[in-house]
Amino acid sequence: MSAVIDRRGFMAASLVGAGALAFEARIALAETPGAVPLNAFIRIGADNKVIIGSKNPEIGQGIRTMLPMLIAEELDLSWDQVVIEPTLANDKIYGVQSAGGSNSTPNNWLPMRQVGAAARAMILSAAAKEWGVGAASLTTAAGKVSHAASGRTAPYAAFARGAAGETAPDLAKVALKDPSRFSIIGQSKIGVDTVAITQGKPLFGIDVDMPGLIHGAIIKAPAHGATIASHDAGTALKRKGVIAVVPVNSNSVAPGKFDTLVVVADSWWTAKNAREAVKVTWDDAAQQGFSTEAYDKGAAAAFAAGPQIAHAKNGDVAKALAGAAKTITADYSYPFLAHGTLEPQNCTGRWADGKLEIWAPSQAPNNGRNDTAAMLGIKGEDITIHQTRIGGGFGRRLINDYMVMVAQVAKALPGKPVKILFDRTDDLRHDYYRPAGWHRFTAGLDAKGDLVAFRDHFVSFGKDGKPIRAAEMSPFEFPVNVLADSEIGITYLPTNLATGWLRAPTSNAVSFVYQSFMDEIAQAAGIDLPELMRRTLGAPRDLAVVPGRPVLHSGRARAVIEGVCKMANWQGGKLTPGPKGEKRGRGFGFYFSHRGYFAEVVDITITEGNNVRVDKVWACGDIGSQIINPINARHQVQGAVNEGLGQGMVEQKIEQVKGVVQAESFGDFPLIRIEQVPREIAVQFLKTDYPPTGLGEPSLPPVIPALANAIFAATGQRLRQLPLKLA
Amino acid sequence: MSQGKFALTINRKPVSVTTDADKPLLWVLREELKMPGTKFGCGQGLCGACTVLLDGQAVRSCQTPVSAAAGHKITTIEGATALPQGAKLVDMWREIDVPQCGYCQAGQILSATALLLANPKPSDEEIDAGMNGNLCRCATYLRIRRAIRKAAELADVTGDAA
Ligand code: FES
Ligand code: FES
Repeated sequence: MSAVIDRRGFMAASLVGAGALAFEARIALAETPGAVPLNAFIRIGADNKVIIGSKNPEIGQGIRTMLPMLIAEELDLSWDQVVIEPTLANDKIYGVQSAGGSNSTPNNWLPMRQVGAAARAMILSAAAKEWGVGAASLTTAAGKVSHAASGRTAPYAAFARGAAGETAPDLAKVALKDPSRFSIIGQSKIGVDTVAITQGKPLFGIDVDMPGLIHGAIIKAPAHGATIASHDAGTALKRKGVIAVVPVNSNSVAPGKFDTLVVVADSWWTAKNAREAVKVTWDDAAQQGFSTEAYDKGAAAAFAAGPQIAHAKNGDVAKALAGAAKTITADYSYPFLAHGTLEPQNCTGRWADGKLEIWAPSQAPNNGRNDTAAMLGIKGEDITIHQTRIGGGFGRRLINDYMVMVAQVAKALPGKPVKILFDRTDDLRHDYYRPAGWHRFTAGLDAKGDLVAFRDHFVSFGKDGKPIRAAEMSPFEFPVNVLADSEIGITYLPTNLATGWLRAPTSNAVSFVYQSFMDEIAQAAGIDLPELMRRTLGAPRDLAVVPGRPVLHSGRARAVIEGVCKMANWQGGKLTPGPKGEKRGRGFGFYFSHRGYFAEVVDITITEGNNVRVDKVWACGDIGSQIINPINARHQVQGAVNEGLGQGMVEQKIEQVKGVVQAESFGDFPLIRIEQVPREIAVQFLKTDYPPTGLGEPSLPPVIPALANAIFAATGQRLRQLPLKLA
Repeated sequence: MSQGKFALTINRKPVSVTTDADKPLLWVLREELKMPGTKFGCGQGLCGACTVLLDGQAVRSCQTPVSAAAGHKITTIEGATALPQGAKLVDMWREIDVPQCGYCQAGQILSATALLLANPKPSDEEIDAGMNGNLCRCATYLRIRRAIRKAAELADVTGDAA
C-alpha cells in the first residue's frame, strides 16, 4: 500500500465513523448532528465544528493529535473548532496505518496536508458558486470564507453541502501553504485524549464494552512454539460463569495445530480463575534445549570458531590490524527484552453472518486483518477493524497475535462479542522479544591515534543463515561504512523464542555496543568520544547508501554532536566529585536511526551502595525542518531517554530455562521508576533543510552508551553487558 | 466462592453489588459497575495502575477484595476532581499534558492526590517516594513531578522545560 492517499480513499466519505461504537464516538457524533462528510477524513458540522478522522494507531506517540494538525493547517481552521476521532483501520482508504519505524511523520507530512488543502479548495469553489464570485477572490481563515470586495464572511458550514458535491482536486497538484504561514503546525497542542484520560473515560482496548460481552483468559504453551498434545476442560466448564474453552493458534505454530486455550466466561475474573481447572499436556520436546545458559555457551563457542557469515568486508582487516600501532579488543552483550506495555495485550471481536468485527489496540491493524483473514480462511474485506487508543506499544503491538486469537474464539461462538485479555505473566512470557546479542570487537589505531581497522563478530539469532525477526544488523554500521579496512561477521544461533521489534529496533542494542566501544577507542587514542566521532565522520557528505534505507549525512551528525557539547558545556567525562566526595562522571553517545540524528550527554553520581544516580541528560536532535507539535516532541524525547536509561540501569532482562521464559511480573522484569529518572532532561532540536521525520524512536539509542560511558568516566569500570552493573 | 452483597460508597454515591467476596475491587469496578477508569496493569500490586483511594489513602484495587472495601469511602478517577487536591492535580495534568499513552495516569493522579492529602507541600524526595509505586511505561515521570509541584503551588521546576 502506498503512503499516498488516492482519490478513491479521499472520496470514501461514508467510512469515517461508520459503525462506530459509542465509546469511539464519544465526542464527535453526539455534538455534531447532521455533520456533512467532505471526504474520508473530514466532516463539517452545522455548528462549524470540523470533525477530522485521525487514521494511525495512537500508542502515546501523539500521532492522533498530530495528523489532524496537518489537515487543519491547510484547511485553515482554528484549532478549537477541530474535533478528532479515530478512523477505522482500512488501508484501501487510508493508506498505511501503522505505528512503527518512526514512519508516520515522513509518510504523512505531505499527504495529510494535501487532504486539508483539497478540502479547502472544494469549500472555496462551493462558496464561489454560492456568492457568484471568482474563487480566487476568496480568502479563508479560522474556518470561515471571506470575500473582501463585498465584505461577506460565512462559516465553512454554510458551504458544506455544496463542497461535498464538488469534484476533489488532484491531491498531488493542490497548492500547499508556505511554512511561514503556518499557524497550527509548530504550535504546541495538548493531546487529543488528555482530558478524557484524566476523567477515566473508556479509550483503550481493554475498556471496550458492549451488551453481551464475554471474556477470555489465555493458557498459552509455556515454551514458545510448543503445541497442545491434549487437554481436558471438563472441570472448568462446570464452574459457574464459564462458557467455553476454545483451542486457538496464536499464529506462531503450524496451521492446524493449537498452542493456546482460551477460557471464556461471563467475566474475565472468572475466566482467569477457571484456568487452574483446565488440564493440558504440551508437545514441547523440541523446545526443551533452549535456555539463556545454552545461548551464552553458543556465543562463546561462536567467538572461538569465528563467524559463519561474512556480512561486510572492506579491504584487508587482518593486514591493517597487523600493521596497527595499537589494537583493542572487547566483548559486549545484551539480553532479550520484553516490551512490558502497561496495558496488557487484549482484543475484542464479534463474528456474525460470516463477517468479523474487531476492536483492536494494534500498531499495525491492517496486518492483523491479513493474518486474521488467512487464519479464518475469509476475505479481508469481511473484517471491520475499529482502532482503540493503545496503552503503550513500543513495537509489541506490531504483531497481531491477540487479534488472530480472538477472531478464532469469536468464530467459535458466533453472535457473541468476546474480549481476550492477557494477565501480566502471559504478557511477559508471550511477548515478541528484542533479541539478545553478542559482539566481539577488534580495532586498530595508527601511530597518530586514528582509527584504521575495525572488526565486529556479531552473534545473533537466525535460521538457515538468515536472521530471525529484529535480529539483523546493517552491514553499513558506522564506523564500518567509513573505514577502508573493516568487516562484520555473523554467527546465528537457534532459538524457540518469538522475537520482534522494540522501540528503535536493532539500534537500541547496536548503539550501546558501538558507541561504548568507540569510547574505548577514544580512550586508547587519548581523545574523547565527540572528538573521535568528528574525526571519523569526516567531511559533511552522505554515508552508506543502504538500498531502501535512510542515508546518514555526516554533516548533520556532526552538527548535533557540536550542539549537545555546547548545551552541556562538554569538557570531557571528568566531573568534580559530589559534596560528600561521591564519584561523578559524564558520558556521551551519538546515534542515527529512523532518519533522526541524536547526540546525548548523561551526568551521573555514584551514590551509597555503589548505585548510579542519573543527574541530568542533554539531548540534541535533528529531525528536519519542522517540529510539528513542540510540546509532544519534547515529551517523546524525555520518554525515550528515560526508557533507554531503564534498559541500562534497571535489572531488565528476559531469561529462559528449558524453553520457557521465567519473568513473572514487574518484580523480576522491572521498569524504571520515578526515583530513578533524572531531575532534568534538556532537549534541543536543530532545524535543518530536510523534510520532517519521525521522533518515536531516534532519541532512545544514544542514551544507553552515554550512560555506560558516564559510568566509565566516574569509576574506571567499563561495563560491557546490559543491564549495566557495577562490580 | 462465597457470594455476598456489598454496600460500597464510590465517589460519594452509595452502590450495592452482589458478587464474590474475594473478587478484587478493581474487577468489581471495571466489570460490574462499568467504571473502566481504574486500570489493570499487573494484578499483583506492582504497578499502581489500579490505584484508588480508600478513605483518602492510596490502595491497589487489584489487591483489595471487595469485602474489604465495603464500608469505606472509595474515590476513583471518575470522581477524583470532587476532592480539591484531585481537581488541582487534574488541571495541572491537562495544562502540561502529562500523559503519553495515558494508561497509568488514573493511578498516578490518585497516588498524587493521596500524597497531597497527607503532605500538602512535599519535597522533591517526598514526591518521588510517594509516587514510586506507580509505574509509567512511557516514563512521563518528569511531568508527573512537575504537575504535582504546580498543584501544590511549589516553585515550578525547569526539568521539563524546553
Ligand atoms: S494492577 Fe494493581 S498494582 Fe498493578
Ligand atoms: S503514560 Fe503510558 S504508561 Fe504512563
